[in-house]
Formats: sequence, structure tokens, C-alpha cells
Amino acid sequence: MSDNNIKINDFVIRFANVNGTGSASANSMFAKSVFRMGIPITGKNIFPSNIQGLPTWYEVRVSEKGYLGRKEGIDIMVGLNPQSLERDVRSVKPGGYFMYDSTKLLHKEYRREDINYIGIPMMEICIENYTDPRLRQLFKNIIYVGALTTLLNIDIEIVKGVIADEFSKKPKLIEPNVKALLLGVEYVERNFEFPLNVYCEKRDLVKDKIVIDGNSASGLGAIYAGATVAAWYPITPSTSLVNAFENFANKLRIDEETGRKKFAILQAEDELAAIGMVIGASWNGARAFTSTSGPGVSLMNEFLGLAYFAEIPTVLYDVQRAGPSTGMPTRTQQSDVLICAYASHGDTKQVLLFPSTPRECFDLSLTAFDLAEQLQTPVIVMLDLDLGMNDHLSEPFRLKKGHHFERGKVVSTEDLENGFHFGRYLDVDGDGISYRTIPATHPTMGANVTRGTSRNEYARYTEDEREYVKNMDKLIRKWESAKSYVPGPEINESFEHSKNAILYFGTTLFPAVEALDMLRENGHELNSIRILSFPFNQEVKDFIDRHDTLFVVEQNRDAQMRTLLMNEMDVDPKKLIKVLNYDGLPITADHICREIMQNINKSEPVNLN
Amino acid sequence: MSYIKPLIHHPLSKQNSVGYLKSDYEGVISTLCAGCGHDSISSAIVQACYELSIEPHLLAKLSGIGCSSKTPAYFLSNSHGFNSVHGRMPSVATGANLANRDLIYLGVSGDGDTASIGMGQFTHVIRRNLNMTYIVMNNGCYGLTKGQDSATADEGSKSKSGSVNRFAAIDLVGLALELGAGFVARSFSGDKSQLIPLIKRAIQHPGFSFIDVISPCVTFNNNVGSTKSYDYVREHNEVIKISDFVPEKDEIKVEYDEGTSKKVKLHDGSDLELSKISSGYDPGDMKTALLRLQESRVNNQILTGLIYLESDSQDLHSMLDTVKTPLNKLREADLIPGKKELEEINKSFA
Repeated sequence: MSDNNIKINDFVIRFANVNGTGSASANSMFAKSVFRMGIPITGKNIFPSNIQGLPTWYEVRVSEKGYLGRKEGIDIMVGLNPQSLERDVRSVKPGGYFMYDSTKLLHKEYRREDINYIGIPMMEICIENYTDPRLRQLFKNIIYVGALTTLLNIDIEIVKGVIADEFSKKPKLIEPNVKALLLGVEYVERNFEFPLNVYCEKRDLVKDKIVIDGNSASGLGAIYAGATVAAWYPITPSTSLVNAFENFANKLRIDEETGRKKFAILQAEDELAAIGMVIGASWNGARAFTSTSGPGVSLMNEFLGLAYFAEIPTVLYDVQRAGPSTGMPTRTQQSDVLICAYASHGDTKQVLLFPSTPRECFDLSLTAFDLAEQLQTPVIVMLDLDLGMNDHLSEPFRLKKGHHFERGKVVSTEDLENGFHFGRYLDVDGDGISYRTIPATHPTMGANVTRGTSRNEYARYTEDEREYVKNMDKLIRKWESAKSYVPGPEINESFEHSKNAILYFGTTLFPAVEALDMLRENGHELNSIRILSFPFNQEVKDFIDRHDTLFVVEQNRDAQMRTLLMNEMDVDPKKLIKVLNYDGLPITADHICREIMQNINKSEPVNLN
Repeated sequence: MSYIKPLIHHPLSKQNSVGYLKSDYEGVISTLCAGCGHDSISSAIVQACYELSIEPHLLAKLSGIGCSSKTPAYFLSNSHGFNSVHGRMPSVATGANLANRDLIYLGVSGDGDTASIGMGQFTHVIRRNLNMTYIVMNNGCYGLTKGQDSATADEGSKSKSGSVNRFAAIDLVGLALELGAGFVARSFSGDKSQLIPLIKRAIQHPGFSFIDVISPCVTFNNNVGSTKSYDYVREHNEVIKISDFVPEKDEIKVEYDEGTSKKVKLHDGSDLELSKISSGYDPGDMKTALLRLQESRVNNQILTGLIYLESDSQDLHSMLDTVKTPLNKLREADLIPGKKELEEINKSFA
């Protein structure tokens, strides 16, 4: 059965592969080719915590309208994994397509009447053309890319260009890959009508945009932010952030004369040591960072308390994954909001930043290193697996004119020589932010002992309760000051009359934007606010005050951001409606829209086109 | 309570070659118990740094948590210090060293801080051969929490309350040797003539230096039956003697009779002379060191002195191949790649 609805540049294609069979690079070449046709795309890896053998999926959403969130429903499934075949066949939308390797007959239990089957004898073609079993497996992937090229009307020259770029360092591989591509193309040309009802047409919609993952963007941001020390412990999904930093550093931070490195990267023995190294390096005047995920944050809590209390600049990237405990290590969530906001025992509050796109990962990296030094405190950049590890269409990276580092209140040798009255924890300016000295600043002035114990304004140990309270109050004064330093929210208040709004952060951006359009089509006009940082500043408070109901969209079970809003701004819990997704997959516009519609009017039918 | 020390100098006190008096190396008055071994170690550190003519601000002192870790306040007031969290001093020292390779790093820790909660970080800082001196003030017990046994308490050692430790002791010297530390020594807080030269040599060593200093806890572990009491350690101290080391810049050279001393040329250019008091002992030989340590253990002796020294070791910075300029001294021009590079990167992701 075929659906006569023609869909141009608006579909979801999912690849079901076996982990470790080389499908990832074929799939990403497919996505890149569509992107180079000028069409907005977004790719999502849904992969197991495994090196080889388990099912893995890659999903590409092609959207002329520029909706870059995940979408429910699959138009085309490329099902190459016997383990997940049943589920993969089931997940195709009625009228959609199921492509499979027809070398073996597809069992009739996998036959559905309401979808179209495209059998390509991929393995047979490989066996005819290649003798090496490893190559047969690898080129099987390229053959289906070739088949899709023709079926979806993708420009073959663009695909060839992508292959050439992919193998630019191993040019010998270009020709055999192109050959495999053409085998797929030719088979389709001989056996099928093309294009399908779902296909691509060239556009000029992506302009100078780039496709990159958030971890790479953050690693690059750390380079431009001047980070010289990175300490880390391997953990999915944050590992590739430090890898990216290292790759960029090896290109951009090598001393020309000596060939030596203007950076140091150390793989620590655990996350405790990783954050300890960052704190030691930052204390000593270098810009340093670590990156981790939820389990690492749990371990780093003690040190984060030290950095908060002793007031040491610290930059931490938390690429969140599905918890609690080991949870689902390769699935996404926004479930570390509370543990990060209040990391460590005692009264603590930590500065958080919430990027939504790779470009923001870059920009907020620059912000994070500045803020950490300006505020002399930890700054946690909150990515999630979806942002960190998946490729996203993004604005290109740009540096602001006159980009420079904000090092905050650092006392120099000259300041001390000129009689600056130094006390490490004196609140000279009344903003709760004290002056610090870097070790070795002056032979006889400015030295002090940094400690996690109570101390007086001159960093001397004391258990005097008045000194303790004075210090705790200074820290909260600093917290208040932080509100004017951190980036404010992104607000869209096009509907002045509307008393309803949606509040979201991080990777919920694109699904939320799409959901707002869907809601509007259903007659509901909502304003929106995207949180970029914690502490919340006055703009957040004012926006919430201007609305009666806020749908707080989060990718966790316990509505952690909602708790934070209630706790920090005394917002009436009744006006904050939870919209949650915590299955480990990126949240979809359909889900947000459905939840909000159900809440607004339970009897109203929901039209999700 | 904190006390301020009077700024009165002994009329005979002399400036060292960088113009500092010994008092310039002191800290605030200790709040540890009177007679605590740790205070002797603090004063040995003061003496060693004075004699080495270290400019105090070019040294950073770091510690974890515990009685021992309080001591950085009691020496080198002109040095920056970092009293970090329990068992985690090595990581903080590692980060600090990565940021500025030009400073001298002196870490002090205790047996609880190192052999229990900090065991992981202790072993890994050795593996990385971080250029630092790591002193453990080892009293076999937890002082601040009132005398519980630590992991270095010997099996059979009796605490003040009369209970006997049933668990095997961790010998940090043996462990440091196994892990490949380039400088391994043990000393006794009651033997400054041995401790001061060891600290001096340790600071000069261009890599990781470890000194385990038996430092009796007068309040909780100085009783009869304890193997970390002053009396016990004095009776069981088996000393490997070394001569005071002589840095190259010093013109005075101590001469030893042929056959009784061994001269080691170190790759930082200085010489180390070792008296071969114990026949056949060569601290440059790992096998000998391990054997001697075992023998001494079997004989219920506490082997002190310079136990092992590797004459050529590569520190962390050489392994990482970092620039000679300390990373914290690199300026924006060194660190920000520029807009053209960013354009290239954008292109590579288009």
C-alpha cells in the first residue's frame, strides 16, 4: 500500500544496525549529504552501552521548516539488524517504507499490509563484488546509502563529495567507496521507481550553518577560553569533550619553535582526582576544566563544596545521561539539575549554564571560564547526551570583537607594592567578591592558606561563630551579585494577552519551538522563556510573575527545574505545570504538545498532523 | 585561638644566600599537642628551606585533612598554602604543578590521609612522577578523632586504650618503592640530623620524592606496646646513614675516604654523596632497597634513611611535553587561536 501524500524535505529516516559494523560513518555520510543539499537536518544516535553486537539506531530528521528536534513516527526504516527486526518493522508509520537486505527472504511475520517494502540484496551484491569479508560488511553500508541516494533524489555528486571529504586522509578508499555507492544506485535504477513519495529537493536553507556535536563545540570553546589544563576520567557521554579539546589543542596550541604543548591534559584515576586537579590548577592561576556525567558529579560533590567555600574558580562540564546510579549510560536526560545546583554538603549554591546548541556550547564555554574567575566559584556547564554526542545543525562559531579573558579580581605584584590592603576574604567592594592572589605573586605579601575550614577575612583558621557567619553571608552576597553576571533568559512574548507560557532549557529548545507552532495551530498561543543560567535573575522572576500558568518542560522524572524555581523564587507550585519526558530518548514536540493540550483542555481532540 | 609570633630575631641569626633569615620561613604558632612529632617535622622543613635558600613565595605547600595537614600553617608563612580535602592533596598538587612548573611543591599528609582515604591518589601521583616532595607524618593513628588505629598501625601494636591492632600494616615506603617512586626515604621526627638533609635532598630531586616520617602521637599513641612511640622507634631505628648532600653551587665539598662513599651524579647537575655505612647498600639499586626493607621488617626494625634514589627520572611535564613557560604565564596571544582559524574550523564542519 502506498501513501499518495508527497512529502518533500520533511521526513524521518531511521537506520537499525548492529553496533560495531561500521554503519555509523555510512549513516553520517547520508545525513551530511542531505545537509549539503541545503536542507536542515538533525541526527540522533540511539546506541547501546556496548562495543560490538547490540542493536544501535541512527535517526535523521529532515525538516524544511528547520524543526531540529526529534519527531515521533518513522517514514523510512533501514532495517539491517535481525535482533531488532520485529520492533523496527512495527515502528514504521502507515504508508512508510521499510528497506531491508533481500539476500535472505523476509519472514512473513515481518510483513505489514500498510507499509512499503524495499528489498535490496545488499549482501549478494557485496559477495559478487568483493572477496574480503570485512570489506563486504563495510561496503554493504555504502550500498544502502547508494540506494537511498536514488530513492530520495539526493544529488549523487554531493554524496561523492562527502565520501571524498570523509576519506581525505586515506584517499585510496575514495574510489572503492564510490564504487559501492554506485552499486546501490544502479540496483535501484534497474528495479524500482524513484524517487519515493518522500524525497529531497535542493534548497538554500542552511546558509553558513555547520553540523557538529556539542562536545566538540565545548572542547573548542575551552580552547578559545584559554583553558590550559584539562583533567578527566573516561565516562560516557562526556569523554568526547576532552578528546575534542585535545584534537583542537594539538592543532592550535603547539609552540611553533619547540613543538611543545601549550596545554596539559591528564587522564585522572577517578573523577575525584580530576576535579581536584582542576581546582589545584585554577588556584594556581591557570584556566582549567574537567568534564563528566552524573556518576562523576556524585563523586565530585565534596570538591565542589571546597571550591564553593574556599572560592576557587572551577569549570565543570556535566554531559547528563539517564540516572540514577549507572542508569542508562547511553541515553539522554536532564536529571542532574538539582545535584549540580546544590552540589556538596552544607549550604551551597553553584552557578549553572544551560546551552541548547553547539554554538551555545562554544559561547557559554567562553562565559563559563570568565564567570568562574569573576565570581571565584565553580561554574557547571550543563549539556546532555543528546547535545553532547549527536550532530546538530548550528550557527557557525564566531568570536566577539575584542574577545578577551575576564580574569576577575586578581591582585598583582604592583598592587601589593603600592600598598593594596590584602585580605583574601575581605569584601572590599561590597559585592561579596573578594580579591585573590595567585601563588608566587610577591615575596613577602599576599600569601595565604586556602582551606575548606572556617577562616577569617585574612584566611586564618578560626572557629569564631561571628567570623563564620560573616563569611557565609558574604558568599550569599556574592550569589546575589552573580545574578547580574550570568546570561539572562531568552524570552518570546509575542502574545501579550496570553497568560500561559512554556518554560524550558537545554536541548528542549527545538522540540519546544516546534511544539509552540503546533499549539498555535490548535488555537493555543503561549509565550516562552528559555532558561540559560542559574541563579535565576530578575528577568526570569518578572516573566513568571506576568503569567498565570507555566508549563515547565524537562527531561527528567522529578521536575527538578520546577523544584529549583519554587525553591529559589517562591513561585507558587500550582502555576508551574510539569511536562516531563524521562525515557532516555530526546523529548519530542509531539509529546510536549500532547501534554500541554491535555492539560489545557482534556476534552479537546489533539491534532498532531 | 591563634597566636601571633613575635618578630624578634636572634642577634646571631644570619641571612641565607637569598637574603632571608630563618624566621622568615616560620609559620604561626602550632596548635598541636605539646611534644607532637609533627611540630619537629615542621621545624625541620623550616630549617631545610632556610638552608636551601628557597625563596618562600616560590614554594607552594599543600595538605589534606588531619593533624598533619594542619601543619602548613605552622611553617613558611610567606608561601601560598592549600589545606584541601581528606586524602586528596595529591590531585590538588598535580593540578597546581601542571599550572606552574616553576614552583616547588611540598605536600604534607598523614597516615590516615595517605594510607586509607587517600591511597588511590597517593599511588597515582607516584605513577605520574609529579615533581613534588610528599611527606607523611606517620603516627599510626587518627589524632583529631581521638586515637583510632590507622592503616599504618603495626599488627599487634597496642593503643592507649589497650586494644591490639589485628590488621596488617601498610608500609608506605614499600609501596612507594613498588610503584616506582624515584626518591624514597624514611625518617623519624626525633632525628633532625637525619630528617633535615633528607628533606633538602627530596626537594632537590627532580621528580616525585617521598619521605615517610615516623612521628609519634604523644596523646594517643605513645604508650607502652605501641610501635609508633618515641621509645619504641628509638630502640628499633635502623639507620642507613647518608652524608649531607652538597649542591653544585656550594663550594664546600665534603671529602670521604675512598671506598666508604659513593658519589651519585644527578641529572639536575648536583652530586649526592652517600656513606656506605651498611656494607653492600646501594640506594641506586631497587633490588637492594627492597631486600633491605624486607630484612629490616622481619627483624622488627624500622629502616630509616635514604632507601632508594633513581638518578635519572622524567617528571610529568617531560612526559606530557609541555612548554617550558609555566602554563599560568601564557598570555591571551598564546592561547586564543584567532578568527582565521575559527573560520577554517567552521568550514571543516560545513
